[in-house]
Parts: sequence; C-alpha cells; structure tokens
Amino acid sequence: MMKGIKKIKKSTRSNIITYGIVVLFFIIVQFLVMTGRMSSSLRGQLVPIAAYIVMAVSLNLTVGILGELSLGHAGFMSVGAFSGVIVASTLQDQITNAPLRLAVSMLIGGILAAIVGVIVGVPALRLRGDYLAIVTLAFGEIIKNIVNVIYVGFDSNGLQMGLNSAKSIQLEDGGKMVLNGPMGAVGINRISTVTAGFVLIIITLIIVLNLMHSRSGRAIMAVRDNRIAAESVGISVTKYKLMAFVISAALAGFAGALYALNFSTVVAKKFDFNTSILVLVFVVLGGIGNIRGSIIAAAVLTVLPELLRQFNDYRMLIYAIILILIMIATNNEKIKNFINKIGFMLDLKTKNNVNKGGTAK
Amino acid sequence: MSKMVPVPSAGIIPERDLNSSPILEISHLGITFGGLVAVEDFNLVIGRTEISGLIGPNGAGKTTVFNLLTKVYQQTKGAILLDGVDTKGMTTVQVNQLGIARTFQNIRLFSSLTVEDNVKIGLHNQYKYDTLSGILRLPPYWKAEKQAKERVRELLSIFNMEHMAKYKAGSLPYGAQRRLEIVRALATNPSLLLLDEPAAGMNPSETEELMANIRKIRDAFQIAILLIEHDMSLVMGICEGIAVLNYGKIIAKGTPEEIQSNPEVIEAYLGKQKEDGSDA
Repeated sequence: MMKGIKKIKKSTRSNIITYGIVVLFFIIVQFLVMTGRMSSSLRGQLVPIAAYIVMAVSLNLTVGILGELSLGHAGFMSVGAFSGVIVASTLQDQITNAPLRLAVSMLIGGILAAIVGVIVGVPALRLRGDYLAIVTLAFGEIIKNIVNVIYVGFDSNGLQMGLNSAKSIQLEDGGKMVLNGPMGAVGINRISTVTAGFVLIIITLIIVLNLMHSRSGRAIMAVRDNRIAAESVGISVTKYKLMAFVISAALAGFAGALYALNFSTVVAKKFDFNTSILVLVFVVLGGIGNIRGSIIAAAVLTVLPELLRQFNDYRMLIYAIILILIMIATNNEKIKNFINKIGFMLDLKTKNNVNKGGTAK
Repeated sequence: MSKMVPVPSAGIIPERDLNSSPILEISHLGITFGGLVAVEDFNLVIGRTEISGLIGPNGAGKTTVFNLLTKVYQQTKGAILLDGVDTKGMTTVQVNQLGIARTFQNIRLFSSLTVEDNVKIGLHNQYKYDTLSGILRLPPYWKAEKQAKERVRELLSIFNMEHMAKYKAGSLPYGAQRRLEIVRALATNPSLLLLDEPAAGMNPSETEELMANIRKIRDAFQIAILLIEHDMSLVMGICEGIAVLNYGKIIAKGTPEEIQSNPEVIEAYLGKQKEDGSDA
C-alpha cells in the first residue's frame, strides 16, 4: 500500500492530500450538522467560509502563482455577487430547481467577473508591483461606488435598470426591486448551500491545481520567476499574466455569487477594501503560493471571530493578537525547520538542499 | 587544441564553404541610447554550424549586440537576417520562435521551479496544448506532457544532469545553473544559440568540460553558436571565427590565430605602447 502511494508523482500526492483535507472537513461538518452538534451561529458561517476559501485560493493564483499584488480582489467578488443575485431573481420562475438556479447564477456571476477582469487587466497589467497594487485598490473602490448607484428592478416586462435613484425605474404592480442602490440587494432568495460551497471549492481546486501543473501554469510561474528569461524562451508575458488574472477574477465571481445568495440582503459596502485585505491576509498567512495553506487560513480565520464571541468587546483585540502570533510563528526559522522536517518524513517537500553551503551568487 | 570539425558554411571566414547560405547576416547594425552610440556599423555573417566568438573589453557593446539580436532592444540602424528573414520590428518571443535562443550573463533561471520544469518551460512552444486541455486533463495534455518529459530527459543528458531533474533550479551549484540555462535555451529548438559568458565563474576543469560540451551540442543539433567570453582559452580553443568589438565597432575579424596576432586587438586589450615602453 505505502509503496503504491510512493510511486505516485510527488505533486500529485500533494494534491490528493489537499483534496482529502477538504473532503474530510466536509464530511465532519455534515456529520456535526446532522447530529445537531453545531451551534447555529457557526452553521451560518459555513457558506461564507466556503466563499472565502475560494477567494483565498483564487487570490493566491494572482499573488502566489503570478506574483503580482492585487488589492481589489473583493471587487470581482462584488461583480459576481450582484450579477448572481440579479440572475437568481430573474430566473426564479423559469428555473424552479434551486441548486440549478444557483449553478446558473454562479456561472454568470463568474463570467461577468472574468469580463471585468479582462477590462481591468489589459491596462493594469502593464504596471507591476506597487503600482499594480494601487490600481487594483482603486478598481475595488470604483466597483463599490458603481454598485451603490445602480438600481435594478424586475417585473412582468423583464429587468429594468436605472441610475442614481429608485425613481429612475418604474415598476408595475407586483414588480420588485432586486438591487436598491446603497441599500444593496434585498429580498434575496437564499439558495446557497454548504454542499454547493463544497462543490465550488473542489472545482476551484481542480482548476488552480491542474493549471499550476500544466503548460500554461508553468508559463505563468516562469513569468513570475523571471520575466526576461520567460520572453527569451518564447513565452508571451502579457498573455499569461492576463490569463492568470482573469481566471482569478472568474473564481472570485463564483465565490461572490455563492456568498451573496446565502443572505437575504447584501450591500456593496461588504466588498470593500477591508474584504480585499482580509483575503490577502488569508493568502499571506497560509503561505504565498501555498494553496493548501490558503484553504486552512481562510477557514480558521473566518471561524475564529465566532469562537471568540465569548470575549465580547475584546474579541477583535484577541483576534489581532492571535494573527500577530501566527505570523511570528510561521516566520520563525526554528518552527519552519520543524515543519520542513515533518514534511521530509512524509516525503512531501521538493528536495531543495543540493548545495548545503548555500548558492554562490 | 582546436579539433577538426565538420566544415562550417560561409561565416566569419567565408572561404570555407560558399555553397550553403549563412544562418545569420548582420549588416550595418547600430543603436544609440540618447547621444551614446553603443553599437555602430556592426557587420557579421555566421555559418549554419559555425561556432563563433564575440570578444572585446568590458563595455565594448557585446551584450548589447545580443540584446539587439533577441530584440530586447530594437536597432536604430541596419538589418539582422536570420535564415534570410529580416527580424526588424519583431518581439523577443517572435525571434525565439524564429530560431534564436540565448543564455544570460547573470543567470536568469526560474529559480523557484524544478530543473525539469525549467526545461519544460523551454519546450513551451514545442509540445503545445491549450489551457482547457490542461485544466481538464484531456488527452492532448497527457500526450504532450509525456513527450515533453522524455525530451527533458534527453536534453538534460547532454550535461549528465538527469539526476538533478527534481531539484530546485535556484539551489543548484553555480556551474550547474549555467549548464541548465544552456539546456533550457536548447529546448526551444534554436538554429542559433547565443551564449553570454558561459564559462563565467567556472573553474578550469569545468571550462574544459564546457568546451567539449559546446562542440558536442553543435555536432548533435547542427546549429550555429555565437558566444561572448572573456576566458581566452575557451574562445581560442573552440571558436572557428572570432569578431573583436571595441567601443561598439568591430576592430578585427578572423580565425583565432589571426586575432591573436592582430596589433589592433592587442592594443584594445593591453593598451597602446608608448615609445618609451610604458602603457598609455
């Protein structure tokens, strides 16, 4: 049995462990929910956790795999969220099967986020480093402000859209507002489920992990490691930068739709700079470029505030202290070496000590 | 020292073979950065299987010539013809696909990736399949990956590096990193290979080995190699033709023997001898 496992390629084995962790968690969660051992507040967190895991993994594609800092990832989540809500409300009568309607809403949310990703990416990806980060930050704020002035209603004539005020659209009797400017999306039919979240996480993992170990993924990582060398071996830097950015945006769009359809109301302010930073914290804490780390960090840090509820006013203070402690711990050489040692015992890490004396530069 | 080699085609020393057309023809190439003339009226012809050297003092413009050939810079004057095709206005990616591959003076590997992945990235345009096939693991993925993996092993075997395939490129010893860069460049299936100081940082025995390998590569792949090098034993040992660059201009061309006895070259390297015998 062990020999059989050892024969599998290292990267494949590492991927199987990542999928295994997600599947195991899902089974445990389902078990706890069914036996009624999970508090209702924690149960309410399950879909957001799934959405944040997808957000973290997708941002890791931009930050870790492509190596470009994006501070506006919540903007793509917002695009997916509100377009998903509009699609779900519109199709309420056409598609009565809720999971199918959710899937369609998420798909369209993701596609729209990808389109926005192209529109933002084409000009923005000419920039690098700090400059790109600032542009993406601005993009996130712009999306928030645009959603704040959009009014969308729905009646027997179909969708109606207006800007600036609710009066800009006239709805017939029986029509309803879907998106109400600063008040956000209201009266959402909550169709997101934990199972849908689980499926989305698995799909996200398949996309990101398979991409990483394919021709295009290697090209993306080549661009990250050395742009000039990548060009010299015939890799189009612009193409692969945009590809990573757009896939990342699409996944954030899926996550946004899943997230929004879990609540009865969602406001644009939810997807602001703070959310972008929160997702970035998941990525940094889990390890830049480390997909499994992103998943664990997103799950733990989303649950943590709930678990700290008993501390009332001191909740966020303790949360911040824990965050600092984890950051210090994960950057400590001794602890890193210890984790590496465990990794070597399981034979998971890439050998990276050919030249023990360090490389001459 | 120099081994007998298959007859190269019309190159720096044109009388060798006039029947086959040259792989590279550079005529009146020039580039200016602002007011600075970095390369001026640069003319060079390289035969299809010729090993040529580009030498000159520091700052003479040797790497600039490489950067012009690979379109890191666009020339302000002159033309570069690769196998008869004018590369003017092309991008770095396009000239690579046309057949020019290079290594860098200061090593530029994909250092966080494995040796195997570095070479696979070099094979980017050799074994193609689209992104969707990669994500969904469709048959084109398996077929191309399998072929690529075999090719990687073949290419690594040139330098006996197969056992290093799983190591991270950045963790390799310096000499192995230089060799890996050559392998990666070869993976793009070039007809002209540019080596920018391949022996830099190598000890004499490593240099000796490198010389044998450069010849081996030329013979096995039947390609032209143009190299920049300061190690004169390497240049004089393997180059069939040498061009000497000083202040952006070619001051001498010829066989190693001709170059070694050329007074202008000696002057460029050692300085002018004054009448009283002291250096100028």
